[in-house]
Amino acid sequence: MIKVSSERDLRLDLFRGIALWLIFLDHIPSNAVSWITIRNYGFSDATEIFVFISGYTAAFVYGRAMQQHGFIVASARVLKRAWQIYVAHVFLFAIYFAEIAYVAHSFDNPLYTEEMGVLDFLKNPDVTILQALLLKFKPVNMDVLPLYIVLLLGFAPILWLLLRSPSLALVTSAGLYTLMWIFEWNFQAYPSGTWVFNPYAWQLLFVFGAWCALGGAQRLSRWLNSPVVLGLAAAYLVFAFGIAMTWYFPRLSAFVPKFVGELIYPIDKTNLDVLRILHFLSLAVITVRFVPQDWPALKSRISWPAIVCGQHSLETFCLGVFLSFAGHFVFTEVSNRILTQIIVSLMGILIMVAAAALVSWYKKVERQGPGPRPPTTKPGYAGGDA
Amino acid sequence: MTGRLAFLLTLLMLAMLEQIWPANSENLAEHPAECRVAENLIVPNFPLAQVAHAIAAKQLNILVIGAGSSQLPGPNGGKNAYPARLQQALADKLPGVDIRLTTDAKSKRTAAEMVKVLPQLVASLKPALVVWQTGTADAIQAIDPDQFSQALGRGINIARSAGADVVLVNPQYSPRTESMIALGTYAENMRWVALQHDVPIFDRYSVMQLWADLGTFDFNATTKKLDIAERVHDCIGRLLADQVIIAAKESEPQPEIGR
Repeated sequence: MIKVSSERDLRLDLFRGIALWLIFLDHIPSNAVSWITIRNYGFSDATEIFVFISGYTAAFVYGRAMQQHGFIVASARVLKRAWQIYVAHVFLFAIYFAEIAYVAHSFDNPLYTEEMGVLDFLKNPDVTILQALLLKFKPVNMDVLPLYIVLLLGFAPILWLLLRSPSLALVTSAGLYTLMWIFEWNFQAYPSGTWVFNPYAWQLLFVFGAWCALGGAQRLSRWLNSPVVLGLAAAYLVFAFGIAMTWYFPRLSAFVPKFVGELIYPIDKTNLDVLRILHFLSLAVITVRFVPQDWPALKSRISWPAIVCGQHSLETFCLGVFLSFAGHFVFTEVSNRILTQIIVSLMGILIMVAAAALVSWYKKVERQGPGPRPPTTKPGYAGGDA
Repeated sequence: MTGRLAFLLTLLMLAMLEQIWPANSENLAEHPAECRVAENLIVPNFPLAQVAHAIAAKQLNILVIGAGSSQLPGPNGGKNAYPARLQQALADKLPGVDIRLTTDAKSKRTAAEMVKVLPQLVASLKPALVVWQTGTADAIQAIDPDQFSQALGRGINIARSAGADVVLVNPQYSPRTESMIALGTYAENMRWVALQHDVPIFDRYSVMQLWADLGTFDFNATTKKLDIAERVHDCIGRLLADQVIIAAKESEPQPEIGR
């Protein structure tokens, strides 16, 4: 049986917190500040970081629960978490619905008669709301939580396997990923098409995160410290950066040989393209190398805002989605000057930090608090959620 | 999708290059300033051989196939929408060439739906150029991006095998509906398909995003009036005409770094 480490790695919280901020910035359409986010400089983006770290922390929290309390109890906890996320998703959908109903009512412009067709679904809310509850109808940028729900629903058996035979679990996951590519498996969406984040594909990163949490990271440490791997990772990041520059300066694409373009494009986000995985892994290799687990700054005040967000990721993520709706609303209704965009972005991150701090404080009070109420939080819980 | 700052930097860089290499854009100079701010986004990266032949033969047939954003409402909609403006701009630039343009625009049509009617249209009209505007309806219906790309590829092949060049026109940039329609994804998709098939694309999405960023046009305005919509279509028609003419002049693809 694999031993689950008892100390929570603060780096995970730090980078998950940062990923949540980046997702927020990227989700405000036409936001100048999203220029700073990593998706503009390479193939992968904050979603990879979020999914990987979520897998890591899920294994960390529920792996211990499974060892101490058995399969049934741990599975029940995982399913309870999935239910919480489902409720959060439906809540966000209600807010989205309110926003677009408002836009439908107030917007008129002869240039956009075609685009207004998107509001047609308001005419049959019966079908739309039902499809949303089934996670088939998902508004733009509301695809991450449904993915997370599906990943958690399937997590208990894979965790059981990870605790017994980590390698077999990882091979199973990679096998599913391969079968997905061969048979083009994906979940159906409404009104047409498939899920934007294919769960059959993205599970690989989630399971890989879980595998790393259950001793995989230690097994990889020899590779991670090799200068060859570091050099390859750095070279790949430079290559991805060069390619990314051609997206913004089309004239630069003249320097990209045609066969390279044919080889790499399209870089498939839905099915988690191998190029994206490699880019994420390269980033991870470089990060692990230069940010050690005992990095003093992890305990300092500078990294606290990101860490607290990362420790309460569900709350912060949902708030981020809501704030990105609100931010877009400000851009269209009030002003979309660059200064407004910077202020809205900063305010959004501040609100996320403040809310995470509040949740953190409340959970602490609830756990310590005297009184008749028993502690409801998970035992074996080391300062953060899964 | 892409950051505004990146666009502004592109513009700045191109403006600087423009200083170093005085442009061959004398034919662009006559456009209204509001159109010209976006002229650097017109990249004639692939030649239009059939169009060049047709111009030489003084007879240019064009088919514009599209959806709702190729139309304007109102009694003068047909006259002021970009297909008619394109025809006018081409006629001004190509004196002596007989330019016939047919528009087949119907609201809410996806790329795959247009592919179905395309063979018949190219067979009866025998165009030297097919201007294909699409993407918006696909984005609204969230058509699988792969199927969308495949439909584009099929359409391009149909037009080509009927002896026509193709120019793609991607969706309009629409800030109000950005949190509802993933237009950027489909606009981007069309850029790649164009590249793969060696077809020029009129990047309407980027052009309009640039106009929005620079404040040239206010796309957030709530209005029933047609004045802005007409000016936007006029600029699109003019810029599209430039792209067609420049691409027709090129005998082979030349990376034009800093023209």
